[in-house]
Amino acid sequence: MTSPSASWNPVWDLRQLLAYPFMVQAFAAGTIVAVLAGAVGWYMVLRRQTFAGHTLSTMAFPGAAAGLLFALPGALGYYLACGVAAVVLARRPDAHDSQGGIQSARIGTVQAVGLAVGFVLLAMSHGVLGGLDGLLFGSFLGVTDTQVWVLAAAAAAILGILVVVGRPLLFASLDPEAAAARGVPVRTLEIGFMLVLGVTVAAATQITGALLVFAVLVSPAATAQRVAGRPIASMVLSVACAVMIVWLSLACAYFSPFPLGFFTTTFAFLAYAAARWGRLPRRRAGAAVVA
Amino acid sequence: MTAESGRVPPGAPVVELRDATVRVGRRVIWSDVSVAIAPGEFTAILGPNGAGKSTLLKVLLGMLALESGSARVLGAAPGVHRDAIGYLPQHRDLAAAGRIQGREIVRLGLTGAHWGIPVPIVGRRRRRDESGRIDEVLDLVDARAYADRPFGELSGGEQQRLLIAQAVVRHPALLILDEPLDSLDLPNQAAVVRLIREVCSAQNVAALLVAHDVNPLLPALDHVVYVANGRASQGPVREVITTANLSDLFGVPIEVLSTSDGRLVVVGQPEAPHHHGHRHEYQGRE
Repeated sequence: MTSPSASWNPVWDLRQLLAYPFMVQAFAAGTIVAVLAGAVGWYMVLRRQTFAGHTLSTMAFPGAAAGLLFALPGALGYYLACGVAAVVLARRPDAHDSQGGIQSARIGTVQAVGLAVGFVLLAMSHGVLGGLDGLLFGSFLGVTDTQVWVLAAAAAAILGILVVVGRPLLFASLDPEAAAARGVPVRTLEIGFMLVLGVTVAAATQITGALLVFAVLVSPAATAQRVAGRPIASMVLSVACAVMIVWLSLACAYFSPFPLGFFTTTFAFLAYAAARWGRLPRRRAGAAVVA
Repeated sequence: MTAESGRVPPGAPVVELRDATVRVGRRVIWSDVSVAIAPGEFTAILGPNGAGKSTLLKVLLGMLALESGSARVLGAAPGVHRDAIGYLPQHRDLAAAGRIQGREIVRLGLTGAHWGIPVPIVGRRRRRDESGRIDEVLDLVDARAYADRPFGELSGGEQQRLLIAQAVVRHPALLILDEPLDSLDLPNQAAVVRLIREVCSAQNVAALLVAHDVNPLLPALDHVVYVANGRASQGPVREVITTANLSDLFGVPIEVLSTSDGRLVVVGQPEAPHHHGHRHEYQGRE
Protein backbone atom coordinates (compact mmCIF):
# COMPACT_ATOMS: atom_id res chain seq x y z
CA MET A 1 0.00 0.00 0.00
CA THR A 2 1.38 3.38 -0.93
CA SER A 3 1.26 6.02 1.71
CA PRO A 4 -1.70 8.38 1.32
CA SER A 5 -1.09 11.89 0.16
CA ALA A 6 -3.17 15.02 0.40
CA SER A 7 -4.40 16.46 -2.87
CA TRP A 8 -5.50 19.99 -1.88
CA ASN A 9 -8.98 18.95 -2.96
CA PRO A 10 -10.82 18.84 0.36
CA VAL A 11 -13.69 16.68 -0.87
CA TRP A 12 -11.34 14.09 -2.31
CA ASP A 13 -9.16 14.24 0.81
CA LEU A 14 -12.14 13.70 3.06
CA ARG A 15 -13.22 10.72 0.95
CA GLN A 16 -9.75 9.25 1.25
CA LEU A 17 -9.75 9.88 5.00
CA LEU A 18 -12.96 8.02 5.55
CA ALA A 19 -12.34 5.25 3.04
CA TYR A 20 -10.91 2.91 5.66
CA PRO A 21 -13.05 1.65 8.56
CA PHE A 22 -10.15 2.16 10.98
CA MET A 23 -10.17 5.89 10.19
CA VAL A 24 -13.93 6.09 10.67
CA GLN A 25 -13.48 4.43 14.06
CA ALA A 26 -10.66 6.82 14.89
CA PHE A 27 -12.81 9.83 14.00
CA ALA A 28 -15.72 8.49 16.04
CA ALA A 29 -13.58 7.78 19.10
CA GLY A 30 -11.63 11.01 18.72
CA THR A 31 -14.78 13.11 18.46
CA ILE A 32 -16.34 11.53 21.54
CA VAL A 33 -13.15 12.05 23.52
CA ALA A 34 -12.84 15.65 22.33
CA VAL A 35 -16.40 16.58 23.32
CA LEU A 36 -16.01 14.93 26.70
CA ALA A 37 -12.57 16.36 27.43
CA GLY A 38 -13.57 19.82 26.20
CA ALA A 39 -16.51 19.96 28.61
CA VAL A 40 -14.99 18.26 31.68
CA GLY A 41 -11.63 19.96 31.10
CA TRP A 42 -13.43 23.30 31.18
CA TYR A 43 -14.50 22.70 34.76
CA MET A 44 -11.12 21.21 35.66
CA VAL A 45 -9.26 24.32 34.52
CA LEU A 46 -11.82 26.58 36.23
CA ARG A 47 -11.41 24.61 39.48
CA ARG A 48 -7.60 24.67 39.15
CA GLN A 49 -7.36 20.92 39.34
CA THR A 50 -4.99 20.48 36.43
CA PHE A 51 -2.42 18.74 38.60
CA ALA A 52 -5.06 16.28 39.82
CA GLY A 53 -5.99 15.69 36.18
CA HIS A 54 -2.36 15.03 35.32
CA THR A 55 -2.04 12.53 38.16
CA LEU A 56 -5.17 10.74 36.98
CA SER A 57 -3.70 10.51 33.49
CA THR A 58 -0.54 8.83 34.78
CA MET A 59 -2.79 6.14 36.30
CA ALA A 60 -3.00 4.78 32.75
CA PHE A 61 0.28 3.00 33.54
CA PRO A 62 -0.86 1.03 36.62
CA GLY A 63 -4.17 0.59 34.81
CA ALA A 64 -2.56 -0.99 31.80
CA ALA A 65 -0.24 -3.09 33.99
CA ALA A 66 -3.18 -4.36 36.06
CA GLY A 67 -5.03 -5.14 32.86
CA LEU A 68 -2.08 -7.25 31.73
CA LEU A 69 -1.63 -9.05 35.06
CA PHE A 70 -5.28 -9.87 35.68
CA ALA A 71 -6.18 -10.21 32.02
CA LEU A 72 -8.90 -7.58 32.31
CA PRO A 73 -11.05 -7.02 29.24
CA GLY A 74 -10.51 -3.87 27.18
CA ALA A 75 -9.81 -0.67 29.01
CA LEU A 76 -11.26 -1.83 32.33
CA GLY A 77 -7.86 -1.45 33.99
CA TYR A 78 -7.73 2.22 32.98
CA TYR A 79 -11.17 2.95 34.39
CA LEU A 80 -10.44 1.08 37.64
CA ALA A 81 -7.07 2.74 38.24
CA CYS A 82 -8.44 6.22 37.52
CA GLY A 83 -11.52 5.57 39.64
CA VAL A 84 -9.47 4.47 42.65
CA ALA A 85 -7.10 7.40 42.30
CA ALA A 86 -10.04 9.81 41.99
CA VAL A 87 -11.56 8.52 45.23
CA VAL A 88 -8.22 9.00 47.01
CA LEU A 89 -7.77 12.50 45.59
CA ALA A 90 -11.30 13.51 46.58
CA ARG A 91 -10.53 13.10 50.27
CA ARG A 92 -11.58 16.04 52.41
CA PRO A 93 -9.12 18.87 51.94
CA ASP A 94 -7.23 20.09 54.95
CA ALA A 95 -9.00 22.88 56.83
CA HIS A 96 -5.83 24.97 57.02
CA ASP A 97 -4.87 24.46 53.40
CA SER A 98 -6.13 27.74 51.98
CA GLN A 99 -3.37 27.93 49.33
CA GLY A 100 -3.80 24.32 48.24
CA GLY A 101 -0.20 23.45 49.15
CA ILE A 102 -1.03 20.38 51.21
CA GLN A 103 -3.49 19.24 48.58
CA SER A 104 -0.93 19.44 45.77
CA ALA A 105 1.66 17.60 47.88
CA ARG A 106 -0.91 14.85 48.42
CA ILE A 107 -1.64 14.67 44.71
CA GLY A 108 2.08 14.34 43.99
CA THR A 109 2.34 11.50 46.50
CA VAL A 110 -0.61 9.68 44.93
CA GLN A 111 1.07 10.01 41.55
CA ALA A 112 4.34 8.47 42.77
CA VAL A 113 2.54 5.62 44.53
CA GLY A 114 0.39 4.97 41.46
CA LEU A 115 3.40 4.71 39.17
CA ALA A 116 5.20 2.45 41.66
CA VAL A 117 2.16 0.17 41.89
CA GLY A 118 2.10 -0.02 38.10
CA PHE A 119 5.76 -0.98 38.06
CA VAL A 120 5.21 -3.75 40.64
CA LEU A 121 2.19 -5.10 38.78
CA LEU A 122 4.24 -5.18 35.60
CA ALA A 123 7.07 -7.05 37.32
CA MET A 124 4.61 -9.54 38.79
CA SER A 125 3.11 -10.29 35.40
CA HIS A 126 6.58 -11.07 33.97
CA GLY A 127 5.25 -9.46 30.88
CA VAL A 128 6.16 -6.71 28.55
CA LEU A 129 3.69 -3.91 28.28
CA GLY A 130 2.93 -3.89 24.58
CA GLY A 131 2.35 -0.62 22.85
CA LEU A 132 4.22 1.53 25.32
CA ASP A 133 4.31 4.27 22.70
CA GLY A 134 0.55 4.16 22.44
CA LEU A 135 0.18 4.19 26.21
CA LEU A 136 2.28 7.32 26.56
CA PHE A 137 1.67 9.22 23.35
CA GLY A 138 -1.62 7.88 22.06
CA SER A 139 -2.67 5.93 19.04
CA PHE A 140 -5.58 6.07 16.67
CA LEU A 141 -4.87 2.78 14.98
CA GLY A 142 -6.90 -0.24 15.91
CA VAL A 143 -9.70 1.47 17.79
CA THR A 144 -12.26 -1.31 18.15
CA ASP A 145 -16.03 -1.15 17.82
CA THR A 146 -16.43 -2.09 21.48
CA GLN A 147 -14.04 0.67 22.49
CA VAL A 148 -16.10 3.24 20.61
CA TRP A 149 -19.32 2.03 22.25
CA VAL A 150 -17.80 2.07 25.74
CA LEU A 151 -16.47 5.56 25.09
CA ALA A 152 -19.88 6.68 23.85
CA ALA A 153 -21.62 5.23 26.90
CA ALA A 154 -19.14 6.85 29.31
CA ALA A 155 -19.45 10.16 27.49
CA ALA A 156 -23.26 10.06 27.47
CA ALA A 157 -23.35 9.34 31.20
CA ILE A 158 -20.89 12.09 32.08
CA LEU A 159 -22.42 14.74 29.81
CA GLY A 160 -25.81 13.84 31.29
CA ILE A 161 -24.44 14.42 34.78
CA LEU A 162 -22.91 17.72 33.72
CA VAL A 163 -26.21 18.92 32.29
CA VAL A 164 -27.91 18.27 35.62
CA VAL A 165 -25.22 19.67 37.94
CA GLY A 166 -23.77 22.25 35.53
CA ARG A 167 -24.93 25.43 37.24
CA PRO A 168 -24.42 24.43 40.89
CA LEU A 169 -21.01 23.04 39.94
CA LEU A 170 -20.13 26.38 38.34
CA PHE A 171 -21.32 28.23 41.46
CA ALA A 172 -19.40 25.85 43.74
CA SER A 173 -16.27 26.11 41.60
CA LEU A 174 -16.19 29.90 41.47
CA ASP A 175 -17.56 30.81 44.85
CA PRO A 176 -17.79 27.79 47.19
CA GLU A 177 -18.72 29.71 50.34
CA ALA A 178 -21.59 31.64 48.82
CA ALA A 179 -22.78 28.45 47.10
CA ALA A 180 -22.70 26.49 50.37
CA ALA A 181 -24.72 29.20 52.11
CA ARG A 182 -27.35 28.90 49.37
CA GLY A 183 -27.62 25.15 50.01
CA VAL A 184 -25.49 23.87 47.12
CA PRO A 185 -23.90 20.56 48.26
CA VAL A 186 -20.38 21.79 47.59
CA ARG A 187 -18.61 18.81 49.12
CA THR A 188 -20.67 16.19 47.25
CA LEU A 189 -20.06 18.04 43.99
CA GLU A 190 -16.34 18.11 44.75
CA ILE A 191 -16.18 14.32 45.16
CA GLY A 192 -18.50 13.72 42.22
CA PHE A 193 -16.47 15.95 39.95
CA MET A 194 -13.23 14.14 40.84
CA LEU A 195 -14.87 10.84 39.82
CA VAL A 196 -16.16 12.39 36.59
CA LEU A 197 -12.66 13.67 35.90
CA GLY A 198 -11.25 10.20 36.58
CA VAL A 199 -13.57 8.53 34.07
CA THR A 200 -12.97 11.27 31.50
CA VAL A 201 -9.21 10.94 31.78
CA ALA A 202 -9.43 7.14 31.57
CA ALA A 203 -11.50 7.48 28.40
CA ALA A 204 -9.33 10.13 26.81
CA THR A 205 -5.94 8.53 27.50
CA GLN A 206 -6.94 5.56 25.36
CA ILE A 207 -6.78 7.79 22.31
CA THR A 208 -4.41 10.59 23.28
CA GLY A 209 -2.02 8.68 25.53
CA ALA A 210 -1.21 9.43 29.14
CA LEU A 211 1.23 12.24 28.47
CA LEU A 212 -0.60 14.07 25.74
CA VAL A 213 -4.10 13.92 27.19
CA PHE A 214 -3.73 17.56 28.17
CA ALA A 215 -3.84 18.59 24.54
CA VAL A 216 -7.60 17.99 24.70
CA LEU A 217 -8.20 18.32 28.45
CA VAL A 218 -6.40 21.56 29.31
CA SER A 219 -5.50 23.56 26.22
CA PRO A 220 -9.01 23.99 24.72
CA ALA A 221 -10.45 24.96 28.12
CA ALA A 222 -7.62 27.35 28.88
CA THR A 223 -7.98 28.85 25.41
CA ALA A 224 -11.73 29.30 25.78
CA GLN A 225 -11.45 30.79 29.25
CA ARG A 226 -9.02 33.40 27.95
CA VAL A 227 -11.44 34.49 25.28
CA ALA A 228 -15.07 34.11 26.35
CA GLY A 229 -16.85 36.04 29.09
CA ARG A 230 -19.98 33.94 29.48
CA PRO A 231 -19.70 30.46 30.99
CA ILE A 232 -21.91 28.79 28.37
CA ALA A 233 -20.11 30.45 25.46
CA SER A 234 -16.80 29.57 27.04
CA MET A 235 -17.71 25.91 27.46
CA VAL A 236 -19.08 25.60 23.91
CA LEU A 237 -15.89 27.19 22.61
CA SER A 238 -13.80 24.74 24.65
CA VAL A 239 -15.64 21.75 23.16
CA ALA A 240 -15.49 23.17 19.63
CA CYS A 241 -11.78 23.85 20.04
CA ALA A 242 -11.09 20.30 21.28
CA VAL A 243 -13.07 18.77 18.39
CA MET A 244 -11.22 20.90 15.82
CA ILE A 245 -7.86 19.95 17.32
CA VAL A 246 -8.70 16.24 17.12
CA TRP A 247 -10.13 16.37 13.59
CA LEU A 248 -7.26 18.41 12.20
CA SER A 249 -4.62 16.26 13.84
CA LEU A 250 -6.24 12.99 12.72
CA ALA A 251 -6.25 14.28 9.15
CA CYS A 252 -2.65 15.46 9.38
CA ALA A 253 -1.48 12.23 10.99
CA TYR A 254 -3.16 10.24 8.23
CA PHE A 255 -1.46 12.13 5.43
CA SER A 256 1.97 12.48 7.04
CA PRO A 257 4.64 10.26 8.53
CA PHE A 258 4.44 12.04 11.89
CA PRO A 259 2.51 10.65 14.88
CA LEU A 260 -0.91 11.87 16.01
CA GLY A 261 0.30 13.23 19.35
CA PHE A 262 2.65 15.65 17.65
CA PHE A 263 -0.25 17.24 15.77
CA THR A 264 -2.71 17.34 18.67
CA THR A 265 -0.22 19.13 20.91
CA THR A 266 0.87 21.46 18.12
CA PHE A 267 -2.69 22.52 17.27
CA ALA A 268 -3.58 22.78 20.95
CA PHE A 269 -0.58 24.98 21.55
CA LEU A 270 -1.34 27.15 18.53
CA ALA A 271 -4.92 27.67 19.71
CA TYR A 272 -3.75 28.68 23.16
CA ALA A 273 -1.01 30.91 21.76
CA ALA A 274 -3.52 32.66 19.50
CA ALA A 275 -5.77 33.36 22.48
CA ARG A 276 -2.86 34.37 24.68
CA TRP A 277 -0.81 36.54 22.36
CA GLY A 278 -3.18 37.36 19.56
CA ARG A 279 -3.83 41.10 19.93
CA LEU A 280 -7.10 40.95 18.05
CA PRO A 281 -8.68 37.94 19.75
CA ARG A 282 -7.96 39.23 23.25
CA ARG A 283 -10.04 42.40 22.99
CA ARG A 284 -12.33 42.10 20.00
CA ALA A 285 -13.01 38.41 19.52
CA GLY A 286 -13.57 38.19 23.26
CA ALA A 287 -16.36 40.71 22.92
CA ALA A 288 -17.72 38.95 19.85
CA VAL A 289 -17.96 35.57 21.53
CA VAL A 290 -19.56 37.21 24.53
CA ALA A 291 -22.22 38.94 22.43
CA MET B 1 -38.21 28.90 46.27
CA THR B 2 -39.22 32.57 46.41
CA ALA B 3 -37.91 34.97 48.96
CA GLU B 4 -41.49 35.61 50.07
CA SER B 5 -41.40 32.28 51.88
CA GLY B 6 -38.94 33.85 54.30
CA ARG B 7 -40.85 37.08 55.07
CA VAL B 8 -41.58 37.48 58.72
CA PRO B 9 -44.83 39.00 59.98
CA PRO B 10 -44.54 42.76 60.66
CA GLY B 11 -42.96 43.49 63.99
CA ALA B 12 -41.48 40.03 64.45
CA PRO B 13 -37.68 39.87 64.60
CA VAL B 14 -35.76 38.73 61.53
CA VAL B 15 -33.11 37.11 63.67
CA GLU B 16 -33.61 35.90 67.21
CA LEU B 17 -31.10 34.07 69.38
CA ARG B 18 -32.10 33.01 72.88
CA ASP B 19 -29.58 31.84 75.48
CA ALA B 20 -27.54 30.39 72.64
CA THR B 21 -24.29 28.52 73.24
CA VAL B 22 -21.87 27.31 70.59
CA ARG B 23 -19.12 24.81 70.96
CA VAL B 24 -16.53 24.03 68.31
CA GLY B 25 -14.63 20.89 69.23
CA ARG B 26 -14.03 21.17 72.96
CA ARG B 27 -14.00 24.94 73.06
CA VAL B 28 -17.08 26.94 74.00
CA ILE B 29 -16.97 29.94 71.65
CA TRP B 30 -19.71 31.91 73.39
CA SER B 31 -22.59 31.10 75.69
CA ASP B 32 -25.98 32.47 76.80
CA VAL B 33 -26.21 34.90 73.92
CA SER B 34 -29.50 36.61 73.19
CA VAL B 35 -29.87 38.83 70.14
CA ALA B 36 -32.89 40.16 68.23
CA ILE B 37 -32.83 42.04 64.95
CA ALA B 38 -35.90 43.74 63.47
CA PRO B 39 -36.69 44.00 59.73
CA GLY B 40 -34.84 46.77 57.90
CA GLU B 41 -32.32 47.26 60.70
CA PHE B 42 -28.65 47.81 60.07
CA THR B 43 -26.58 45.96 62.67
CA ALA B 44 -22.82 45.56 63.05
CA ILE B 45 -21.11 42.71 64.85
CA LEU B 46 -17.96 43.93 66.60
CA GLY B 47 -15.39 42.22 68.71
CA PRO B 48 -11.75 41.16 68.87
CA ASN B 49 -10.30 38.47 66.61
CA GLY B 50 -11.23 34.95 67.54
CA ALA B 51 -14.20 36.09 69.64
CA GLY B 52 -16.64 34.19 67.44
CA LYS B 53 -18.09 36.81 65.10
CA SER B 54 -17.91 34.60 62.01
CA THR B 55 -19.19 31.72 64.15
CA LEU B 56 -22.29 33.77 64.87
CA LEU B 57 -22.85 34.21 61.14
CA LYS B 58 -22.39 30.48 60.55
CA VAL B 59 -25.05 29.70 63.14
CA LEU B 60 -27.49 32.08 61.45
CA LEU B 61 -26.74 30.52 58.05
CA GLY B 62 -27.49 27.06 59.43
CA MET B 63 -23.93 25.83 58.87
CA LEU B 64 -23.21 25.30 62.56
CA ALA B 65 -25.58 23.88 65.18
CA LEU B 66 -26.11 25.37 68.62
CA GLU B 67 -25.06 23.44 71.69
CA SER B 68 -27.99 24.83 73.63
CA GLY B 69 -30.54 27.62 73.39
CA SER B 70 -32.58 28.49 70.34
CA ALA B 71 -32.08 30.30 67.09
CA ARG B 72 -34.78 31.58 64.73
CA VAL B 73 -33.99 33.13 61.39
CA LEU B 74 -36.86 34.61 59.37
CA GLY B 75 -39.30 32.79 61.61
CA ALA B 76 -37.82 29.31 61.22
CA ALA B 77 -34.79 27.26 62.20
CA PRO B 78 -31.53 28.51 60.62
CA GLY B 79 -30.96 27.07 57.14
CA VAL B 80 -34.66 26.72 56.31
CA HIS B 81 -35.02 30.03 54.49
CA ARG B 82 -31.67 29.99 52.73
CA ASP B 83 -33.22 31.50 49.65
CA ALA B 84 -34.32 34.57 51.57
CA ILE B 85 -30.82 35.32 52.88
CA GLY B 86 -28.21 37.17 50.88
CA TYR B 87 -24.76 36.17 52.10
CA LEU B 88 -21.48 37.88 51.30
CA PRO B 89 -18.61 35.70 52.57
CA GLN B 90 -15.40 37.23 53.83
CA HIS B 91 -12.41 38.06 51.68
CA ARG B 92 -13.20 35.94 48.66
CA ASP B 93 -10.68 35.14 46.02
CA LEU B 94 -12.68 34.79 42.86
CA ALA B 95 -9.54 34.85 40.76
CA ALA B 96 -10.81 31.74 39.00
CA ALA B 97 -13.52 33.94 37.57
CA GLY B 98 -10.83 35.52 35.38
CA ARG B 99 -12.48 36.65 32.21
CA ILE B 100 -16.01 35.72 33.25
CA GLN B 101 -18.18 38.83 33.05
CA GLY B 102 -19.24 40.63 36.18
CA ARG B 103 -22.87 40.16 35.15
CA GLU B 104 -22.40 36.36 35.20
CA ILE B 105 -21.07 36.55 38.77
CA VAL B 106 -24.32 38.31 39.72
CA ARG B 107 -26.31 35.67 37.83
CA LEU B 108 -24.81 32.97 40.10
CA GLY B 109 -26.71 34.53 42.98
CA LEU B 110 -29.97 34.30 41.03
CA THR B 111 -29.83 30.87 39.39
CA GLY B 112 -26.48 29.40 40.40
CA ALA B 113 -28.09 26.93 42.79
CA HIS B 114 -30.61 25.62 40.22
CA TRP B 115 -30.20 22.07 38.92
CA GLY B 116 -30.42 21.30 35.24
CA ILE B 117 -30.00 23.74 32.38
CA PRO B 118 -32.60 26.10 31.00
CA VAL B 119 -34.54 24.68 28.05
CA PRO B 120 -33.51 26.76 25.02
CA ILE B 121 -36.84 27.90 23.57
CA VAL B 122 -39.35 27.40 26.38
CA GLY B 123 -36.95 29.02 28.83
CA ARG B 124 -36.50 32.18 26.77
CA ARG B 125 -39.07 34.18 28.69
CA ARG B 126 -37.62 33.19 32.03
CA ARG B 127 -34.19 34.06 30.75
CA ARG B 128 -35.45 37.53 29.82
CA ASP B 129 -36.93 37.98 33.30
CA GLU B 130 -33.61 36.92 34.79
CA SER B 131 -31.70 39.42 32.70
CA GLY B 132 -34.18 42.11 33.69
CA ARG B 133 -33.68 41.39 37.38
CA ILE B 134 -29.90 41.38 36.96
CA ASP B 135 -30.03 44.78 35.23
CA GLU B 136 -32.16 46.05 38.10
CA VAL B 137 -29.65 45.10 40.81
CA LEU B 138 -26.77 46.31 38.66
CA ASP B 139 -28.49 49.71 38.62
CA LEU B 140 -29.10 49.47 42.36
CA VAL B 141 -25.38 49.03 43.06
CA ASP B 142 -24.45 51.38 40.22
CA ALA B 143 -22.37 48.75 38.42
CA ARG B 144 -24.04 48.80 35.00
CA ALA B 145 -21.06 50.54 33.39
CA TYR B 146 -18.59 47.72 34.02
CA ALA B 147 -20.89 44.70 34.37
CA ASP B 148 -19.86 43.29 30.99
CA ARG B 149 -16.15 43.51 31.69
CA PRO B 150 -14.14 40.50 32.94
CA PHE B 151 -14.56 40.19 36.69
CA GLY B 152 -10.84 39.60 37.23
CA GLU B 153 -9.98 42.94 35.65
CA LEU B 154 -12.19 45.03 37.93
CA SER B 155 -10.99 46.96 40.97
CA GLY B 156 -11.66 45.73 44.51
CA GLY B 157 -14.44 48.26 44.97
CA GLU B 158 -16.11 47.33 41.68
CA GLN B 159 -15.89 43.62 42.51
CA GLN B 160 -17.41 44.24 45.93
CA ARG B 161 -20.36 46.09 44.38
CA LEU B 162 -21.00 43.16 42.04
CA LEU B 163 -20.77 40.68 44.93
CA ILE B 164 -23.27 42.76 46.88
CA ALA B 165 -25.50 42.70 43.81
CA GLN B 166 -25.12 38.90 43.79
CA ALA B 167 -26.19 38.78 47.44
CA VAL B 168 -29.29 40.95 46.96
CA VAL B 169 -30.44 39.72 43.55
CA ARG B 170 -33.05 37.34 45.00
CA HIS B 171 -34.80 40.01 47.09
CA PRO B 172 -33.52 38.66 50.41
CA ALA B 173 -35.18 39.67 53.67
CA LEU B 174 -31.86 39.44 55.48
CA LEU B 175 -28.41 40.37 54.25
CA ILE B 176 -25.41 38.84 56.03
CA LEU B 177 -22.05 40.37 55.20
CA ASP B 178 -18.72 39.12 56.58
CA GLU B 179 -16.21 41.97 56.53
CA PRO B 180 -17.56 43.68 53.42
CA LEU B 181 -15.21 46.65 53.90
CA ASP B 182 -12.08 44.55 54.04
CA SER B 183 -9.39 45.52 51.51
CA LEU B 184 -11.32 48.56 50.30
CA ASP B 185 -9.88 52.08 50.44
CA LEU B 186 -11.63 54.74 52.55
CA PRO B 187 -13.84 56.29 49.84
CA ASN B 188 -14.96 52.82 48.76
CA GLN B 189 -15.66 51.82 52.36
CA ALA B 190 -17.93 54.82 52.78
CA ALA B 191 -19.60 54.15 49.43
CA VAL B 192 -20.26 50.49 50.23
CA VAL B 193 -21.72 51.38 53.63
CA ARG B 194 -24.00 53.94 51.94
CA LEU B 195 -24.97 51.34 49.37
CA ILE B 196 -25.87 48.70 51.97
CA ARG B 197 -27.87 51.32 53.89
CA GLU B 198 -29.75 52.24 50.69
CA VAL B 199 -30.52 48.62 49.90
CA CYS B 200 -31.82 48.13 53.45
CA SER B 201 -34.13 51.12 53.26
CA ALA B 202 -35.28 50.59 49.68
CA GLN B 203 -36.19 46.93 50.09
CA ASN B 204 -36.77 46.74 53.86
CA VAL B 205 -33.89 44.31 54.21
CA ALA B 206 -32.19 43.76 57.55
CA ALA B 207 -28.39 43.86 57.25
CA LEU B 208 -26.02 42.18 59.63
CA LEU B 209 -22.35 42.76 59.05
CA VAL B 210 -19.06 41.92 60.65
CA ALA B 211 -16.47 44.68 60.48
CA HIS B 212 -12.93 45.37 61.64
CA ASP B 213 -13.25 49.10 61.74
CA VAL B 214 -16.41 50.57 63.15
CA ASN B 215 -15.80 54.17 62.00
CA PRO B 216 -17.01 53.92 58.40
CA LEU B 217 -20.16 52.21 59.69
CA LEU B 218 -21.11 54.66 62.42
CA PRO B 219 -23.17 57.06 60.28
CA ALA B 220 -25.37 54.20 59.06
CA LEU B 221 -25.68 51.87 62.05
CA ASP B 222 -28.83 51.20 64.04
CA HIS B 223 -27.57 48.54 66.43
CA VAL B 224 -24.36 46.94 67.54
CA VAL B 225 -23.82 43.36 68.64
CA TYR B 226 -20.53 42.97 70.41
CA VAL B 227 -18.87 39.65 70.94
CA ALA B 228 -16.03 39.25 73.44
CA ASN B 229 -14.82 36.95 76.20
CA GLY B 230 -17.32 34.20 75.45
CA ARG B 231 -20.30 36.56 75.65
CA ALA B 232 -22.25 38.68 73.25
CA SER B 233 -24.72 41.44 73.77
CA GLN B 234 -26.60 43.98 71.80
CA GLY B 235 -27.58 47.60 72.04
CA PRO B 236 -28.17 50.85 70.18
CA VAL B 237 -25.02 52.58 68.88
CA ARG B 238 -25.00 55.38 71.50
CA GLU B 239 -25.16 52.92 74.36
CA VAL B 240 -22.57 50.45 73.14
CA ILE B 241 -20.03 52.71 71.46
CA THR B 242 -18.65 54.40 74.57
CA THR B 243 -15.13 54.79 75.86
CA ALA B 244 -15.71 52.60 78.89
CA ASN B 245 -17.53 49.88 76.97
CA LEU B 246 -15.07 49.50 74.09
CA SER B 247 -11.97 49.67 76.32
CA ASP B 248 -13.46 46.91 78.39
CA LEU B 249 -14.50 44.91 75.34
CA PHE B 250 -11.12 44.96 73.57
CA GLY B 251 -8.97 45.06 76.68
CA VAL B 252 -7.00 48.11 75.49
CA PRO B 253 -7.66 51.83 75.99
CA ILE B 254 -10.06 53.12 73.36
CA GLU B 255 -11.61 56.56 73.19
CA VAL B 256 -14.94 57.48 71.68
CA LEU B 257 -15.09 61.13 70.67
CA SER B 258 -18.04 63.17 69.53
CA THR B 259 -17.49 65.61 66.65
CA SER B 260 -19.08 69.05 66.50
CA ASP B 261 -21.84 67.79 64.22
CA GLY B 262 -22.69 65.03 66.66
CA ARG B 263 -20.93 62.11 64.90
CA LEU B 264 -18.95 59.55 66.85
CA VAL B 265 -15.33 58.69 66.14
CA VAL B 266 -13.59 55.72 67.66
CA VAL B 267 -9.89 56.30 68.28
CA GLY B 268 -7.19 53.79 69.15
CA GLN B 269 -9.14 50.67 68.38
CA PRO B 270 -6.96 47.63 67.86
CA GLU B 271 -8.76 46.78 64.65
CA ALA B 272 -7.37 49.70 62.64
CA PRO B 273 -7.16 48.79 58.96
CA HIS B 274 -3.37 49.12 58.54
CA HIS B 275 -2.65 45.78 60.23
CA HIS B 276 -4.82 43.87 57.81
CA GLY B 277 -2.17 41.73 56.20
CA HIS B 278 -1.72 39.16 58.92
CA ARG B 279 -5.06 39.24 60.38
CA HIS B 280 -7.25 37.77 57.68
CA GLU B 281 -5.51 34.49 57.85
CA TYR B 282 -6.50 34.00 61.44
CA GLN B 283 -9.83 35.71 61.08
CA GLY B 284 -10.90 33.11 58.55
CA ARG B 285 -10.59 30.31 61.06
CA GLU B 286 -12.45 31.80 63.94
